Amino acid sequence: MSKTIQEIQEEIVDEFAMFEDWMQRYEYMIELGKALPLIDEKYKIDENLIKGCQSKVWVHAELEDEKLVFTADSDAIITKGIVAILIRAFSNHHPSAIIEADTKFIDDIGLKEHLSPTRANGLVSMIKQLKMYAVAYQTQLN
Amino acid sequence: MSIATNNIAFNVEDIRKDFPILNREVNGYPLVYLDNAATSQTPKQVMDAIVDYYSNYNANIHRGVHSLSQEATDKYEGARIKIQQHFNAEKAHEIIFTSGTTHGINLVASGFASILKKGDEILVSALEHHSNIVPWQMLCEKTGAILKVIPMNEQGELIYESFEELLSENTKVVFLNHVSNALGTINPIKKIIDKAHEKGAAVLIDGAQAAPHIKADVQALDVDFYVVSAHKMCGPTGVGVLYGKEEWLNKLPPYQGGGEMIATVSFEKTTYAELPHKFEAGTPNICGGIAFGAAIDYMNAIGFEAIAHYEEELLDYATLKLQEIEGMELYGTSREKTAVISFNIEGLHPYDIGTLVDKMGIAVRTGHHCAQPIMDFYKIPGTVRASFSFYNTKEEIDRFIDAVKKAKSMLS
Repeated sequence: MSKTIQEIQEEIVDEFAMFEDWMQRYEYMIELGKALPLIDEKYKIDENLIKGCQSKVWVHAELEDEKLVFTADSDAIITKGIVAILIRAFSNHHPSAIIEADTKFIDDIGLKEHLSPTRANGLVSMIKQLKMYAVAYQTQLN
Repeated sequence: MSIATNNIAFNVEDIRKDFPILNREVNGYPLVYLDNAATSQTPKQVMDAIVDYYSNYNANIHRGVHSLSQEATDKYEGARIKIQQHFNAEKAHEIIFTSGTTHGINLVASGFASILKKGDEILVSALEHHSNIVPWQMLCEKTGAILKVIPMNEQGELIYESFEELLSENTKVVFLNHVSNALGTINPIKKIIDKAHEKGAAVLIDGAQAAPHIKADVQALDVDFYVVSAHKMCGPTGVGVLYGKEEWLNKLPPYQGGGEMIATVSFEKTTYAELPHKFEAGTPNICGGIAFGAAIDYMNAIGFEAIAHYEEELLDYATLKLQEIEGMELYGTSREKTAVISFNIEGLHPYDIGTLVDKMGIAVRTGHHCAQPIMDFYKIPGTVRASFSFYNTKEEIDRFIDAVKKAKSMLS
């Protein structure tokens, strides 16, 4: 059986806890950013841009077997790493699970305090956007 | 490190002792503060002036009958005179206290709403901060005046010939910054002011970025308006001044209504107070004004010549070191510039670089620096901007360079 959002979030929190300092955590985020499943170029359009980010972030969502799959990209690599973390947690789940999921793991990682205020705002916007997609697709399923 | 100048020996180690914040750590590293173009740090002499005000003579000014009010008024008006002398304004009432540069620009722009007619033209430089563009766009919408842009070249310098071509009998206002915030370019304002005056246009200069480095003489420049913020020159935030020639300030209508700015009030008619009070409605930032005076005293005690000399040394040193990094792209390479370096590294986002160097204790600015038209010109989303002050050292620049190199290797 595949892992729940909750379980994946716990995994991410544990991974981040293994590092000694924030430089290492950033190094890890950069790696995650580089490995991010890229959005199809045709979806890198203004309608898919997330507002509130200093760097550009595009997110696309698609329903596959009642599961919502996210792909994304950003012009900044650390931002891409952050998106990758969110996608890992939220992608490939039923929209209702995404809507219900809490986002406390972001606080547990300590990510917010280590982002600049604009980036922290961007993070909030990203989560909101993923949840909005879930809400939109949930109504389709009903 | 100490360098001899005409006046005094400039000793950066002694100067740094005046700035308590320079002793703090950020993310486990000693702070290297290279975001001086956004706001400068505050020396304890200025903090002392703030504490002294609230400890000893906090009172409302101008109207009070009691001694504290008199003392506060004297100090506040004393600060105005210090600022007048610093910028060599002819009269103290040509110095209007504002909340900062943006306020000063809006005050002038809104005043011109009653002067401009449809078809009049306003020239603005391509090097402007957003705060310098938006008020004039709003003014154009209101009056039907036309906004025209003086273009810049690849080095980030205004193209003077284009300015001459754009300038005409229809030009009523020319406005530009003395120094560009995004690139550090020093504009040839004297030449532009003289030429604009030949056609009868008024000139407003945004001196926010110049004031910490260059002592402007408003009479020698013959400028009509010059605006600055205290927080760029070792003073507190939320206070600045507008210098305006008396004849212009008399011509412009008041910006805001309220106490202080009136002579007599009845429901039929209000007569406005004399300058400078006409433009200073309500209780001003009394403490801020006094602290601004203290900041001007502080910088003058060090000496602007010594400051400029030392900062140039820092700029040259940092530019040379940065250029050694592969893929380095510098923006704004005018020969006349202040100690600001805007750059990108090929293939990397400025935001990523800024984030990582911050983790190593280095404060720089990233983004479009509220100057999107400049970023559009270079076709980039933004830059990393390091801006130096007289309290920075070459050792700090070395740490900055090392951090940039480390960030680059992590991101590549």
